[in-house]
Amino acid sequence: MTATLQFFLIISSALFSIGLLAALSRRHAIFILIGIELMLAAANLNFIAFWRFGPQPQPPVGVMVAIFSIAIAAAEAAVGLALVIAIYRHYRTTNVDQLNQLKG
Amino acid sequence: MNSVGFLAIAIITLAGALAAATLPKLIHAALSLVIVFVGIAAYFFLLGAEFVGLVQIFVYIGAVAVLIVFTILLTRRDIVSDRGINWGGVIVALAVFGGLLWIILNTTSLALPAPQFEPVTVKQIGESLMTNYVWPLQCVGLVLTVALIGALILVMEEKTER
Repeated sequence: MTATLQFFLIISSALFSIGLLAALSRRHAIFILIGIELMLAAANLNFIAFWRFGPQPQPPVGVMVAIFSIAIAAAEAAVGLALVIAIYRHYRTTNVDQLNQLKG
Repeated sequence: MNSVGFLAIAIITLAGALAAATLPKLIHAALSLVIVFVGIAAYFFLLGAEFVGLVQIFVYIGAVAVLIVFTILLTRRDIVSDRGINWGGVIVALAVFGGLLWIILNTTSLALPAPQFEPVTVKQIGESLMTNYVWPLQCVGLVLTVALIGALILVMEEKTER
């Protein structure tokens, strides 16, 4: 038995769901960022898997999309962590349940 | 492609992901995230995308994981009340996983083996980055510059008149 596309899709959907779990259920802001990173990694795995099991176009589209996606993820992580530090300085907490100043 | 190796990497990656999502201490979760990134990079290598695997290791392990650890250092305040778990999110995540799994297992056209393919060289990637993908490349450069300047401005110490 060799690994099929189905195998990779199951792995990446499991990874995506674990990331969603971290993003939705944890109260610490950095855990939400960790969950978002997990979901982005799952999406990258899907890009590469579909590219590998697809018709192999020239230029290598899947590789390109994955590289750009990694670059965007790096920018997102930098801004997100800067926001966490700014929020911590302002409110002295990183618990997202206590950040309810916008609540009507 | 050896299926035992694929299964072993899958188990390690998913265990690391579960640890990153559920461990109570933040620093342990951040270090388990590194295991997940190594597992994903291993899959990239095995799928023939060596360059993406290297970029994954450089960017995620070298930059993002270190950034997360430094943020934990700068916001160090380990309060037990911040460690709780909201069970509604667990139910939503399980429902999403169940739905995705049901769809994947019911799609019969997905069980195909990998076709033969020519390995992608870094030269090819560089040539397409400079020809077909030159506008996306410039836009990503702009996005990274703006994001880094924005991150610097966000964490800059505010000068207050006192």
